[in-house]
Amino acid sequence: MWITGAELFVKALKEEGVKTLFAYPGGSAIDLFDALYGQKDIDVVLPRHEQALVHAADGYARSTGKVGVCLVTSGPGATNLVTGIATANYDSVPLVCFTGQVPTSLIGNDAFQEVDTVGIVRNICKYAVTVRKREDLGRIIHNAFYIAKSGKPGVVVVDIPKDIQLELGSDEIPKEIHIRGYNPNTSVHIGQVNKALEVVEKAKRPVFLLGGGINVAHANEKMTELAEKMGMPVITTIMGKGAIPTNHELYVGNLGIHGSYAANTAISKCDVLFSIGTRFNDRITGKIEKFANKATIIHVDIDPASISRNISVNIPIVGDANNAIEALLKRAKHLDIDEWRQEVAAWRDDFPITMKTEENEKNNVLTPEYIIKAINRNYKNAIITTDVGQNQLWTTQYIEIDENKRLLTSGGLGTMGYGLPSAIGAKIGCPHKEVVSINGDGGIQMNIQELATAVSQELPITICIFNNGYLGNVRQWQEMFYNKRYSLTCLKYTKSCKRDCANCTNKQTTYTPDFVKLAQSYGAKGIRVFKKEEVVEAFKEAKKNKTTPTIIEFIIPDNLNVLPMVKPGNTLDDMVMEKGVK
Amino acid sequence: MKKRWICLFVENEIGVLARISGLFSSKSYNIESLTVGTTEDPTISRMTISMISDDKTFEQIKKQLNRSVEVIKVVDYTTVPIYMKEILYVKVSSCSEKDKSEIFRIAQVYGLKVIDYNKNSVIVEWVEKESKIDEMIELLKNTFPNRVEIVRGGSVAIESISVSNR
Repeated sequence: MWITGAELFVKALKEEGVKTLFAYPGGSAIDLFDALYGQKDIDVVLPRHEQALVHAADGYARSTGKVGVCLVTSGPGATNLVTGIATANYDSVPLVCFTGQVPTSLIGNDAFQEVDTVGIVRNICKYAVTVRKREDLGRIIHNAFYIAKSGKPGVVVVDIPKDIQLELGSDEIPKEIHIRGYNPNTSVHIGQVNKALEVVEKAKRPVFLLGGGINVAHANEKMTELAEKMGMPVITTIMGKGAIPTNHELYVGNLGIHGSYAANTAISKCDVLFSIGTRFNDRITGKIEKFANKATIIHVDIDPASISRNISVNIPIVGDANNAIEALLKRAKHLDIDEWRQEVAAWRDDFPITMKTEENEKNNVLTPEYIIKAINRNYKNAIITTDVGQNQLWTTQYIEIDENKRLLTSGGLGTMGYGLPSAIGAKIGCPHKEVVSINGDGGIQMNIQELATAVSQELPITICIFNNGYLGNVRQWQEMFYNKRYSLTCLKYTKSCKRDCANCTNKQTTYTPDFVKLAQSYGAKGIRVFKKEEVVEAFKEAKKNKTTPTIIEFIIPDNLNVLPMVKPGNTLDDMVMEKGVK
Repeated sequence: MKKRWICLFVENEIGVLARISGLFSSKSYNIESLTVGTTEDPTISRMTISMISDDKTFEQIKKQLNRSVEVIKVVDYTTVPIYMKEILYVKVSSCSEKDKSEIFRIAQVYGLKVIDYNKNSVIVEWVEKESKIDEMIELLKNTFPNRVEIVRGGSVAIESISVSNR
């Protein structure tokens, strides 16, 4: 049978099992939208901005493990996707993004709403292609889904010119995959696995370092089993948080520039570092020459290009985390390292990350630690999303993640504006989970328009805003390393300010916007919290809203920092533990 | 740091050259030369790329190329026996009769082909190894200062059947 390209597009999505499509219409995509009209199998969600759209698809994909699918128009529709594509690709999130394009006859003519979409996204995605012939459309879409989810998952962009959408052609979509340049290797080399185990079994101070790869592969349960079987302490990166439950006795904490004392010390002292699914990003290594410099390093990663890139690895194992862990589980033995285990556990228990300083306790300060720990107690079966900045770092420090919870955060690109739309995508993908989004007052405003999406989709998500009136993470750097020159970080600035924030005399300025009124104007609920005593009550209120989102604005002091912190250029075990202490 | 050669088989599609060169520029790898042409299979293009890099960076470049969907095969030519030649065109202008006979003599000695000339100008053509072409350019520039126009093609290479020939 002959059908249009647009009809084939819809058919292909159905064959791929797509249930939810995040889409924003426009001139060059109107025929695709027309083909979607009236069909019942795919739920098409209309966000209010294309950047939020792709973050929502990202949140959907991270929370469900399925491919997130986007559809936008050419030109500005496509360019608005750019940040979200880079965000998802950096964190290995499988997305397929369809962009409309001007007709092939106009490509290169600077036509209305024409941009070279593939040219723009080429370096920030896994694969990008313009469909140039109607007969290729079915194959390209099928391949796109395969490339996005296989190997190291990532973003595939498929650019479809308007004339291809309209052209009649075969309704057949190839079932088989044959891409001669793409054969991801997921199975592991058993010889390397044995070699790694030999080294670990001789070690006196071994640790696991687990990255986002465990969460991407959904290998958490097997990983927990492996850690238990070997009895080896587990340290995670931010992206690896939840690789094993955070309340597990073997779990030490996050490492990195805001990692725990115990994790950073253990990494610096370990003799074997068994890392899985991390690329040794600069945020976790500190001064790279000194990173784990006493250790033999084993590195499991699906991406050969991640191995021996930032640090040199002694035993590389290329493969999918799931397969590697399975192979390890079959062969691993319990390690005789009681003393080391106890030593690490003692560091963890003696030097916990906390904001309970004498001053904060005396003044009964509402701290992010207090709020996040309340979230831990009140949300047991939940997906937590964060924005970027202090709110994110505090969350990764204090949030508890177990098999019933998941943390979604933009780790690689660090994209402000991620928190709210990703929560929307997560709630759409997992309607039976509670979804809590943790944001700062800066980042929430980057995609605040998505309140309309959440309201229209009747999503009872809880949107926390930690309002300190500042772009807090930059403010913290300015306080610690730039002599308190708070350049452009105060969000309460008004024209009458003297731009001398260190000696601010304008502290009573009201905040713009009023988030509670803003929530109400969107038809959402808004609660403002000033004191510790009001926190639990606010969550209770939020839970009463079964079909509307709730904003809870927490007014927190503007001078709280994320600590401990490794100063830029320092080694991991050289940390600033308390405010004011150098 | 040393000179490396890579032979790359890629999909013969719009944008693949941009993808490969973009990969080099986005990671701050410098391409010395790049030639591209179709192969016996018209759906496949073959690139010969040279670069100067250290071992670690070179390993990373190969891995990055390998994981590109458009790249079918990466062959490292740094240590395998290959035939490799580059084409050179040189136009020398404002020649006196003496200059012309000098050019003809150089051509005769080194085996350059004189392919065109008139009263004032001569064009020579040469297919040779890169290092020899470097030397020839040096010689011609010194002999005819400010009067040479040089076009060089970038090397292409093929694996040898039996012996080393670099």
